[in-house]
Amino acid sequence: MNRPEHRRVSVTSPRTAAARRRRFPATREIDEQTRVGELYMRSLLRTQFRLAMFVCTLLACVVGGLPLLFLLLPELRELRLLGIPLPWLLLAGLIYPALVGGAWLYVRQAERNERHFADLVERR
Amino acid sequence: MNLAAVVIVALAAVLIGAFGLRLSRTTSDFYVASRTVTPLWNASAIGGEYLSGASFLGIAGLILTHGADMLWLPVGWTGGYLVLLVLVSAPLRRSGAYTLPDFAESRLESMAVRRTASVLVVLIGWLYLMPQFQSAGLVLQTITGAPVWVGGLVVALVVAVNVLSGGMRSITFVQAFQYWLKLTALAVPVLFLLLAWRQDGAPELHDPAWTQPLTGDGEYGLYSTYSLILATFLGTMGLPHVLVRFYTNPDGRAARRTTLVVLSLLGAFYLMPGIYGWLGRLYAPGLEPPDTVVLTLPSLMVGGTAGDLLTALVTGGAFAAFLSTSSGLTVSVAGVIAQDLLKGGVRAFRVATLLAVAVPLGLALQARALSIADVVGLAFAVAASSFCPLLVLGIWWRRLTSAGALAGLFVGGGLACAAVLAQITGGPYGGLVGALVSQPAAWTVPIAFLVMVVVSLLTPGRIPKGVARTMVRLHTPENLALDRGDWRPRD
Repeated sequence: MNRPEHRRVSVTSPRTAAARRRRFPATREIDEQTRVGELYMRSLLRTQFRLAMFVCTLLACVVGGLPLLFLLLPELRELRLLGIPLPWLLLAGLIYPALVGGAWLYVRQAERNERHFADLVERR
Repeated sequence: MNLAAVVIVALAAVLIGAFGLRLSRTTSDFYVASRTVTPLWNASAIGGEYLSGASFLGIAGLILTHGADMLWLPVGWTGGYLVLLVLVSAPLRRSGAYTLPDFAESRLESMAVRRTASVLVVLIGWLYLMPQFQSAGLVLQTITGAPVWVGGLVVALVVAVNVLSGGMRSITFVQAFQYWLKLTALAVPVLFLLLAWRQDGAPELHDPAWTQPLTGDGEYGLYSTYSLILATFLGTMGLPHVLVRFYTNPDGRAARRTTLVVLSLLGAFYLMPGIYGWLGRLYAPGLEPPDTVVLTLPSLMVGGTAGDLLTALVTGGAFAAFLSTSSGLTVSVAGVIAQDLLKGGVRAFRVATLLAVAVPLGLALQARALSIADVVGLAFAVAASSFCPLLVLGIWWRRLTSAGALAGLFVGGGLACAAVLAQITGGPYGGLVGALVSQPAAWTVPIAFLVMVVVSLLTPGRIPKGVARTMVRLHTPENLALDRGDWRPRD
């Protein structure tokens, strides 16, 4: 900035790749534990933790809700579907594919979050 | 014929174990098979290791006795892997630790926390091993009339030989084989049983107190159900023999995918104990001891040569269950004893193996006989009250301090262990005390979390210095070139 004033200065729009370029890749910010690096790490942790908490809350509603449902609505205990009592159909059958499905969706989203983080910190 | 099935399973386990022998040469091989096991092998091995005698025999027995409320047990034992998947699996693999004490040391930079974790691993391992040996005795007594200590001794010997000869690598092959054996041994008879039931005119069960949830077992049914759910969902992540498997994944992403496969494998397996329990209630109500229902039904309902063959198959499966779980637990317990109580190295691992097997064998001969699934459930409660808060807070909360972790492990693990001790040596107790002691997780888990958080907040000066670097190691994908610190587990 304190170069002699007669030097020509190029004026560019900030919307170019040159203007977005940072001096260091974000991986270096993380390695040197700068405040920017901290921000990157916190955002990754927060994203993954929110995803984990979302799955856990859903799980808690299902497995925590079922006993309560059976307690509050006793007629559900006697209900039969396809000749099988509803509690057995749910607890000895349908809950297992539901758990696998939830796990599959989680794995997909968690890997997506990680790819996003990798794109973010490796972009130069 | 049943005895032949037992001998074949034991021989097969030893032979497959020996097959892996030439592959395991260094200390690292012994602990985690050098992390070269593929995800399907690994998932089968986790399934094989996890499905113990409690899953193979115990659940059906408990369902036969207590009815629909016990259906939560296999649900929790499967769902625990979902909680483990979302909160623990990838970061734990990325931590680079071999064992739970390794994780505790690397995250909290404290030898005191490491030693406390070691003691808890050994206690949980022994608590889990003891009922395996007891049930093995029960099964062998049921099929041959041998004294009750023989079965436990046989299982202990085969496991010791297996672990001593091959370490972890051979165990991975043995375990993967055992999962498919156990699945077959439970699935084939169940088809024949259902056919026999249809030929019998498909009789209905009219016993609402048994088929409906929350109808039996006095006034604390709801408390017990919730406590059971909490213990099983949160305890799975704290089981030492399960965690050691995650270190054999090549990276964190593979650890997640392995867990997904494990969930599917367990879901398939746990469809069956409920059917055994249901048919048992129909054809053999009041069976004593109820843990033998899976072994009894084939000859009772099918009969003849087919019935004998099916009985031999489930007997073999039951022994596969005892062997696989006991092997996995023995490797983990021995690893921790060798690393933390002895000097480390292959020789110490061998001495530790003998210790890991002998103590629970002795306990199995002394302790009062409880249902195998009940005792295993108590091991889950201890794990949920100690390692679950350590792992969850350690992975996700930067402000966890060594003092907080130590206090939480002592209070949570201590209270749960006290309840277990009261339940195994005394009891059964009645009323509210009985419910609190037999299902402690609902009060010990929140206390453990609370103590860990409060003590950590009170000792902010003891936040580990390297926590920022540790968080990078735990959470960033391995393909990024980042500085992850230089911590390595000790060989």
